[in-house]
Amino acid sequence: MAQPPFQRFLDAHRDDVWRFLVASVGRDAADDVFQETFLSAMRAYPRMRQENPRSWVLTIAHRKALDHFRARKRRAVPVGDLPEVPAPEGPEPRDDGVWERVHALPPKQRTAVLLRFAGDLSHAEVATAMGTSEEAARRNAFEGLRKLRQEMT
Amino acid sequence: MTEDRLAPPTFDPADAAAAAKRFAASAPADVHYALVDSPVGTLVAAATPRGLATLSYEDFHGGVDAVLDNLATKLSPRMLEAPAKLDDVRRELDEYFEGRRRDFDLKIDWALASDFGRRILKATAAIPFGEISTYGKVAAKAGNAKASRAAGRALGANPIPIVVPCHRVVGTNGQLTGYTGGLHRKVALLQIEGIVLG
Repeated sequence: MAQPPFQRFLDAHRDDVWRFLVASVGRDAADDVFQETFLSAMRAYPRMRQENPRSWVLTIAHRKALDHFRARKRRAVPVGDLPEVPAPEGPEPRDDGVWERVHALPPKQRTAVLLRFAGDLSHAEVATAMGTSEEAARRNAFEGLRKLRQEMT
Repeated sequence: MTEDRLAPPTFDPADAAAAAKRFAASAPADVHYALVDSPVGTLVAAATPRGLATLSYEDFHGGVDAVLDNLATKLSPRMLEAPAKLDDVRRELDEYFEGRRRDFDLKIDWALASDFGRRILKATAAIPFGEISTYGKVAAKAGNAKASRAAGRALGANPIPIVVPCHRVVGTNGQLTGYTGGLHRKVALLQIEGIVLG
């Protein structure tokens, strides 16, 4: 049996991919990275294995988010001292405030936290996406969360 | 943030829907499709970069999803709903049903027809507006006068009805025989062209 029409795949996964990208690249860049993600997904789609399409497309979204940050880094003009980022006010920052802080985590923790909690993948799926063991994925998500909690108290 | 979870970010589903729509409208799919309303029912129109590949009476083929599944198998699963890419099809059909068009100028992709089917369909496409022909004559024009039954089957499987006017092909003594969207549609299309059969 061939794959169902790609439009159906797009409709089924657009919300999950969008939510993940809002967390990983932010609302402003989400649209560009969304287009890149589904373009890649559509190219590879006839060869997609059908067991876990959600995990498959979120893994692509994750790679495209990394590409986005790399490209931004290349474009960035080096400056001297960066201004201090002001600490958010109040004890309970908004959700999105937390997600901005996620970007400051070490790469593996950041990836694990994003895929686990913004992508809602299981630790096993995160492990597959990151090419690590499930134990390592679990530890990275845990360490990332702990660091976020420490920063916020 | 609880002990071992982080609430997912809030987002507006309308933003996701808009992004998906932008994608479908602009991405280079192998097949673009749209639903087209017509006086003879809802049609699924699908085109490849080569041209219009099908115009399906969805109710006669198990519904829209069944039509799309079949196209994904036979053409390519890289399919997107992109109504703007079928604007010319919609416009020419509207003109036909309003009595302002007698011939279609659309590019055709014959991918869904067999070799023989293709010859039969091309012979059928040459029957002028408002005229009828027979299965035998169409078979003869396609190079095999004895193949009127096979011609009937090829026309029954016409992937592009209306544009390839298989409704203009009837039995030797003028009986309607069959039609890929149901006989009532054949009657309706012939009436539009001023033909009333007994």
